[in-house]
Amino acid sequence: MVPVSYYLILSGILFSCGVIGFLIKRNIITIFICIELMLNGVNLSFVAFAAQWQHLSGQVFVFFVMVVAAAEATVGLAIIIAVFRTRETLNVDHVNLLKL
Amino acid sequence: MTPSLHLWLIPILPLIGAAINGFFGRRLSRQTVCAVALTFCGAAFLMGLYVAARFSSLELPHAEYLGHWIRSGNFMVNFEFYLDQLTLVMLLVVTGVGFLIHIYSVGYMWEEGGFYRFFSYLNLFMFFMLTLVLAGNYLQMFIGWEGVGLASYLLIGFWFTKDSAASAGKKAFIVNRIGDFGFLIALFLLIKHFGSLNFSQVFSSIAQQPAETAGVGLLTSIGLLLMVGAAGKSAQIPLYVWLPDAMEGPTPVSALIHAATMVTAGVYMVARSHVIFEHAPNALTVVAIIGTLTALFAATIGIAQTDIKKVLAYSTVSQLGYMFMACGVAAYSAGIFHLMTHAFFKGLLFLAAGSVIHAVGGEQDMRKMGGLRQYIPWTFMTMTAATFAIAGFPPFAGFFSKDEILARAYEANPAYWFIGVTTAFITSFYMFRLWFMTFFGDYRGREAAQHSHAPAHGHGHGGHGDPHESPMIMLVPLMILAVLSVIGGWVGIGGRFEHFLSPVFGEGATAVATEALSRSTEITLIVISVAAAVLGFYLAYVLYLKRPELPQKIADSLGGLYQAVVNKYYVDEIYADLFVKPLVDGSTRILWHGVDQGVIDAAINDTADGARHVSDSARQMQSGNVRSYAGWVAVGGAVIIAYMIWMGVR
Repeated sequence: MVPVSYYLILSGILFSCGVIGFLIKRNIITIFICIELMLNGVNLSFVAFAAQWQHLSGQVFVFFVMVVAAAEATVGLAIIIAVFRTRETLNVDHVNLLKL
Repeated sequence: MTPSLHLWLIPILPLIGAAINGFFGRRLSRQTVCAVALTFCGAAFLMGLYVAARFSSLELPHAEYLGHWIRSGNFMVNFEFYLDQLTLVMLLVVTGVGFLIHIYSVGYMWEEGGFYRFFSYLNLFMFFMLTLVLAGNYLQMFIGWEGVGLASYLLIGFWFTKDSAASAGKKAFIVNRIGDFGFLIALFLLIKHFGSLNFSQVFSSIAQQPAETAGVGLLTSIGLLLMVGAAGKSAQIPLYVWLPDAMEGPTPVSALIHAATMVTAGVYMVARSHVIFEHAPNALTVVAIIGTLTALFAATIGIAQTDIKKVLAYSTVSQLGYMFMACGVAAYSAGIFHLMTHAFFKGLLFLAAGSVIHAVGGEQDMRKMGGLRQYIPWTFMTMTAATFAIAGFPPFAGFFSKDEILARAYEANPAYWFIGVTTAFITSFYMFRLWFMTFFGDYRGREAAQHSHAPAHGHGHGGHGDPHESPMIMLVPLMILAVLSVIGGWVGIGGRFEHFLSPVFGEGATAVATEALSRSTEITLIVISVAAAVLGFYLAYVLYLKRPELPQKIADSLGGLYQAVVNKYYVDEIYADLFVKPLVDGSTRILWHGVDQGVIDAAINDTADGARHVSDSARQMQSGNVRSYAGWVAVGGAVIIAYMIWMGVR
């Protein structure tokens, strides 16, 4: 039996990778992937705890997260395509129209 | 209890006319506007006649109560109308002359822009003037008093795109405000000491008090403050300066407001308050002195004016001075008599002058007129009647009223009489000067027109061709007023007018008066005043018809004195230096630059600057960079987690 702490450390590493990638990457697609990475890092911790406590709610929660992530991916990709069409760039630093 | 005459209808009718023309006049045709204005003004006149017809059957004074207005503790003010002989005279003069001038205005203003506005204001004026005349208490009178000031302001500035007209309107309004201030304080004193503003209540409680013969007591103060108000409204020294400038308004306005009716409101008010003045002889003396001085002072200025309306304006100031002189020697009925005849002949003079101005295409300078009697014979004839009336030739109207005043002044103090006769002589001189310069000699307008093609006033009549007679609609009011100027004074023969007013002013005073002067003295006085008028006529004849080169020589030999008269004794300049300039400078330097810009504006600007500086630095956070926002979110999340861990550890 692998101790739960291993899963949590892996989950933390995945989440941190997501955060760091989100902060340092400029390409919107990459940023998007980083968001998925963070979500899945969190999912891992949910299932780890669910296994530890023999409780189904953790598993169920993961399904919810996946559904939301799928929906988010659809909307997000649509936005990305719209941004690319109008701005002809995928660099987030150039998407700053709201700035004064 | 006498039956109600619905006196409230009299002022309300013109108000309805003013409202219709004011709100909808822009969309109505000129004919409709005229019909509305004339109908409502005429209806008021008919009501006036109806009141006059029912007058003998009334129990006087007749008061009509409409409702409460102010009720505060024991102090009450009602909406009420008050009718006695004095009111009736004023009512008929105001509605009658007012209606004639309305008719005349149709012709005079026909080609002007803002036609409906003019008639709306004119009807509004009638409303306020009738409110003033019919008021049953001082506060209601004050509404009318302020309202006629407003109408006067609006009408003086009728051609508001002209700078001089706009500022003349403001001047009239502001100078009147000074007088109104005095009037208001007098009202406050009345409220404080008598607890009422109702005429009959105030007068009956004052009548029980002894007269204040020495010093300045309560009644004297009230009298003097009322006189301040009257001096403002009726253009007496020292507040007369607005009236000559008020000639910037259309000529019918000058006739109606600044000659016949509004400016006599002060005289009416003093006569109405005669009980107060009778109990304050010192205040009455001040009234007489102010009136006498104004009469002389304004008449002398009138000699050297070249603008036909300015001559008439100073003449109005001077004649108002006569009325105050009469009130000041307690000859109120003589003052009101002169008020009435003056309304006829001065209204006529202004209307005829308007007709002259109309004829010569907007020119007002008498030096560019002359010989007009062959071009405009009807205007000439009516103006002649008015000129003889104001100069005091028998049997014209002015003779009777002026003679009455002079006789009563002689009886009170021969000094008043002497100045009065001198003024009568000067009046006759400058009026005939105007008459000769305008109607006799050769027409001087053509050369003048060749020298300068620009029309002198933005009048829109077009100054081309020979002078032309005015249309019938303007001439008929002139003729009616001319007839009144001739026969209007006959009501005073044998003291009938005085007797009619005696219930208001007291039978006793008049009875003594007629006894006091012996028949021979009276005849001597009449002869002297007629001689003064004839002398003025002769002098004007010599100077302005026989030897037209003489006036210039005389003017040159007088030098500085003549300059002073031409420049109206520099009174406007003195007032400007004494009051206006310090006020403007003080306002500019201290209030504007100091308080407004230095304190108020500075505080607001500094607050705004501070806010901008703070937000400039705070703004840096909102970089617009998506990743920096994400960074902030991450930092925030990290801080919260760190806090939770730390709290958990504890």
